[in-house]
Amino acid sequence: MIPIQLIQKTAETLMDKAAIEIPQDYLDGLKRAAETEDGDLSSFVLKAMLDNYEAAKEDRRAMCGDTGVPRWFVKMGNEARVEGGMVALEAALRRATASATNGVPLRPNRVHPLWRTDHNNNVGIGAPEIEYGFEPEGEWIDLITVHKGGLFGTDYRMLFPSDGIQGIKRFYLDSLMAFGKRGLACQPAIIGIGLGGSKDTCMVLGKRASILRTVGSRNSDPRIAEMEDEFKELGNSIGMGAMGFVGKNMVIDCNIEVGYCHTGGMPMSVHAFCLSSRRAVARIHADGRVEHRTDPDWFTDYQRRETVEWEPQREAAE
Amino acid sequence: MTGPREITLSTTPTDEDIAQLRLGDVVYLSGLMYTAREGVYMRALEEQANIPMELPSQSAANFHCSPAARINPDGSFDMGAVTATASFRFAKWLPEWMAKTGAKLIVGKGGMSSKDYKEYFVPNGAVYLSTVGYGTGALLGRGVENVEAVHWNEELGLAQAMWVIKCNRMGPFIVASDLNGNCLFERENAKIAENVARVYEGTEPAVLKRYGESDDRTDEVI
Repeated sequence: MIPIQLIQKTAETLMDKAAIEIPQDYLDGLKRAAETEDGDLSSFVLKAMLDNYEAAKEDRRAMCGDTGVPRWFVKMGNEARVEGGMVALEAALRRATASATNGVPLRPNRVHPLWRTDHNNNVGIGAPEIEYGFEPEGEWIDLITVHKGGLFGTDYRMLFPSDGIQGIKRFYLDSLMAFGKRGLACQPAIIGIGLGGSKDTCMVLGKRASILRTVGSRNSDPRIAEMEDEFKELGNSIGMGAMGFVGKNMVIDCNIEVGYCHTGGMPMSVHAFCLSSRRAVARIHADGRVEHRTDPDWFTDYQRRETVEWEPQREAAE
Repeated sequence: MTGPREITLSTTPTDEDIAQLRLGDVVYLSGLMYTAREGVYMRALEEQANIPMELPSQSAANFHCSPAARINPDGSFDMGAVTATASFRFAKWLPEWMAKTGAKLIVGKGGMSSKDYKEYFVPNGAVYLSTVGYGTGALLGRGVENVEAVHWNEELGLAQAMWVIKCNRMGPFIVASDLNGNCLFERENAKIAENVARVYEGTEPAVLKRYGESDDRTDEVI
């Protein structure tokens, strides 16, 4: 049984870390980009960003004034139990979000869409989002917080099989062009592409591809992994860099996730996880140990399973 | 490679100070700067509320920003990170705002169009400064010497309130327009446009079309 107080305390630490500490995989990716960048303005921008991450850590202040919209992903081993159940867990995550908004401080970004009511704590209707995933074994629970910026860089389109890979490329380029100009997407970014699913799950796949996978990770399907390499290269060949200035670094990495879709369609979404790619993860074990990391490790074989039964179990039964 | 030119600028700059700025210069600001975005514009311009500062004598620098900040129970302020929000959305209010407040430095994200610059920035002797990145929130936060006041917090909430910040060499910012109405971002777009046809080579328009305003990749969506 995982104590609820431990969940809330860990969640508060995660809120703080996500806002302040740029994940190492993204930082390494950006450093590599800064080394290759020869556009004078975009080069200046990348250096300023690297200074900024240092300043944030030294001062323990948020790396960006727009601290995004905090949200949670909760993954549980099948045997995990939470004191007070899942309702208590959701309350703890809402409390941690509110208290960190005042504590770090974060910008109270969340408002009612019509009445613009601001509770000044990033909590409200449907906020923070809390999404769940499960793994076949384990008594642990993973808390993942992501503070993604919210306004630009995302798009959806219903493509069809006849559009083919070229159609996918074209919509990808369209999204980068549209939101890369003037740096609206706050690139260089981790670009996530969702392919397939229903319209809503297509958006979810693309978003998760950008925020729940690290720079350098590759899809377990080798042909998709090849596309990821190719698309990263393609995005960086536009000639556009940071802030939409002439440059060669637009995409720090490109991650693609797929889901089975309607036989007639090929829906596609594109998401950009910005220069402040804020995510933080902790695993809480049943014995009270807490391990911090920055890789959400969300897309396991189990999450990407395509058979009726979970395969290892089926093999074990045979 | 030589870096861009660096300039320290007052938030109540003279006409000469502004005239010397060139596209791509890097600027650090000192003096009072206030945040104002849609909430403040609507309140001051549409609801005709009295602006609680002497403008432009106290400050001619309007920051399109909501800081990551808090108001403590004792009434003091803590400001962490500071970055800008995209400015193009405020074009609706800016001409009237500039006329009313004498703002000379509009500081934000992404700039405006050269049409905006020519129509109301240049006649007001004003230029646009872009934040860098975006956003160098922690670096800019270090440039905040003091939070002098927060106006209209009750009415607008923390994010939309009018924060008055004392800046001490706050930056970096990039000069994104000049007194001829030139636009840094449009200049860069034009250079990038030369290559666009090549990257799209081999792709065809999607089979299902969309009602849309542009299919021309040299266009912008703002």
